[in-house]
Amino acid sequence: MADITPKIGAYISIAKTSLQAVFDNLKAAGFTLIGPTLGDSAIECAEITQTTDLPIGWTQVQEAGTYRLQRRSDQAYFGYAVGPHSWKRYLYPPTLKLYTVDHQNGGFTVTPATPATPQYAFIGVRPCDMHAIAIQDRVFLHNGFQETDYKARRQRAFILAVNCTEPGSTCFCASMGTGPQIETGFDLALTEIPEIFLLEIGSELGREMLTGVDWWHAGAFELQTARQALTAARSHMGRQLDISALPNLLYQNLEHPRWDQVANRCLSCANCTQVCPTCFCSDVKDVSDLQNQQAERVRVWDSCFNLDFSHVHGGNIRPTNRARYRQWLTHKLASWVDQFGTLGCVGCGRCITWCPASIDLTEEISAIREEGTR
Amino acid sequence: MIMPTINSGPVPRVETIGDAYVPYPAKITHIKEEAYAITTYNVVFEDELRREQYHFEAGQFNMLYLPGIGEVPISISSDPAEPHCLGHTIRFAGNVTRAIGRLNVGDIIGLRGPYGSAWPITRLYGEDIYIVTGGIGMAPLRPVLYTIMRHRDRFGRVVVLYGARTPADMLYTAEFESWQAHDIQLHTTVDRADPHWRGQVGVVPMLFYHLRLDPRKTVVLTCGPEIMIRFVVYEALARRVPKEKIFLSMERNMKCALGFCGHCQFGPSFICKDGPVLTYAQIEPFFGVEDF
Ligand SMILES: Cc1cc2nc3c(=O)[nH]c(=O)nc-3n(C[C@H](O)[C@H](O)[C@H](O)COP(=O)(O)OP(=O)(O)OC[C@H]3O[C@@H](n4cnc5c(N)ncnc54)[C@H](O)[C@@H]3O)c2cc1C
Ligand code: SF4
Ligand code: SF4
Repeated sequence: MADITPKIGAYISIAKTSLQAVFDNLKAAGFTLIGPTLGDSAIECAEITQTTDLPIGWTQVQEAGTYRLQRRSDQAYFGYAVGPHSWKRYLYPPTLKLYTVDHQNGGFTVTPATPATPQYAFIGVRPCDMHAIAIQDRVFLHNGFQETDYKARRQRAFILAVNCTEPGSTCFCASMGTGPQIETGFDLALTEIPEIFLLEIGSELGREMLTGVDWWHAGAFELQTARQALTAARSHMGRQLDISALPNLLYQNLEHPRWDQVANRCLSCANCTQVCPTCFCSDVKDVSDLQNQQAERVRVWDSCFNLDFSHVHGGNIRPTNRARYRQWLTHKLASWVDQFGTLGCVGCGRCITWCPASIDLTEEISAIREEGTR
Repeated sequence: MIMPTINSGPVPRVETIGDAYVPYPAKITHIKEEAYAITTYNVVFEDELRREQYHFEAGQFNMLYLPGIGEVPISISSDPAEPHCLGHTIRFAGNVTRAIGRLNVGDIIGLRGPYGSAWPITRLYGEDIYIVTGGIGMAPLRPVLYTIMRHRDRFGRVVVLYGARTPADMLYTAEFESWQAHDIQLHTTVDRADPHWRGQVGVVPMLFYHLRLDPRKTVVLTCGPEIMIRFVVYEALARRVPKEKIFLSMERNMKCALGFCGHCQFGPSFICKDGPVLTYAQIEPFFGVEDF
């Protein structure tokens, strides 16, 4: 055991078995651990307590419209890419109660909901998802208005990030500049190399969570192994997206025939928006009791692919698949930049994998780029 | 080595997100039927403090809420100089607006606001103002007329071009005289006349044909069906009014009015916070794009 306190910014190594001690520290500090775990047919995010809850020895095959779990030949802890879930559901829950109105006898008493703020430790946040969180920070915290529930969850969250050494075949973070290596925003960042986890310490809290953990300063060989793995990952991206000239490319091609072609395939099922870690649209609804004496107002995730989304009385602003898909992609890769100063896509590939019609935005953009107005 | 003991730190206290969406009870104090299925509701906040703190600018809107039914954006149609009593002129269109139509004086409604951008009143000083509206589109412009009437000498020529489907669909007819008394020219048109109608018949943009405007000092403010706005913009541009001086108010589905439900997006703009009032220059690249 080393005898010097690791500093913020330091790289240390721990044996893989020591990760459990970090989990224990997090639990003792009151965190609920959320991490990847083996679901019925995919690696999903859920509450975990032990490192054995992680999908150790599992990976997956991803392609457009395809996701299949697969055994690995080794016992890697983090040997897979992102699954259908992102951390979005924990920072910006799919359903959130806003307030209750009691309106018996013509009265009108509003009671705002006071949700308890969960204290999550996110285990295994990938670089793309780190960037996705940073993007949602802009949407919910730096947009002239602060979404207080998001803010509270976000402030309390602990982030154990994991660098990607084995990107999936629908991943394209390297071309988006969002991976495969994490730069900032984490408490601890982990790189898995044979037998060892290399950890970068990102915050004081991250440092504290190493209490009682056996560690040593990462050696030159370990650092080099990690660096090589990440360099290899960068060149093994399943896909690429050329982002040059992007906002304008789409703005100048709003009438491109490609929109008609993709519209013929798109089912408007909204899967892409649900799995996307940056999509943020919501609806606000009333849930009433039977006597209609009390109403509860809830916010739920919505999607620009839903028919009602752009309903105005006497019509629908975007009545066709063409209009809806164009809105989605143009928002992600063009108007998002105007609105929030960043693209709305981090190259996680989820929308490609989980699209039942195998629609791939990287293909759509290259088609528009090749045949379109520039 | 042993690290310092774990310190989970104090739990930060936060306000709830619900706060931002919370409607405040407001009492209906007056109801005036303006036209077929269009009625103006004056409402006053129940809470005195809220009543005193509330201010709005011409062109802004409120979210009106009925428990168990829903919430809708409605422009404030009354005088910004009298913000303690808020007028909303509502067309009974669907679920929520029809339910509002069943309310009586004394009933309570939920209200939050004001939201959105406003007509650029101070930029109108010294300019000739052309207010071009169709149907319910007159509602968000009435506050401008109130303001002009209070300070008539600050503005140049003021012309209202107003169209409705039939004479019976015309809003605020009782106020026409006082507008004219304040040297506001009014030109009206209807799609279908009745035997008593003595005004024009035809679409609103056509009213431009009667005017000789000076593009160097003209500002156009327009609201109405999007197709009408499109032709109004066309007529204004044809008369060399600069894009930056054509202001229009847009309508989109909206759920939060706080800029993040995503429903009201129009290209880069969120109609709830960048709009509803925008200049034509802001939206030009997207304005003609079908189903955008
Ligand atoms: C900024 C702004 C100002 C407005 N000002 C006025 C006004 O002064 N007077 C007036 O009569 N109407 C106004 N409207 C339109 C009014 O909001 C709709 O007529 C109303 O929402 C219809 O709701 P509904 O439930 O009765 O109809 P439904 O057709 O049952 O609509 C269902 C839901 O869709 C949404 N929706 C439907 N139509 C619209 C629409 N045109 N705009 C936004 N959301 C819509 C609402 O959330 C509504 O609850 C304004 C709209 C906007 C965006
Ligand atoms: S692009 Fe694919 S996932 Fe998205 S709505 Fe269309 S069919 Fe569904
Ligand atoms: S648009 Fe697709 S690839 Fe980009 S962040 Fe969203 S889900 Fe991931």
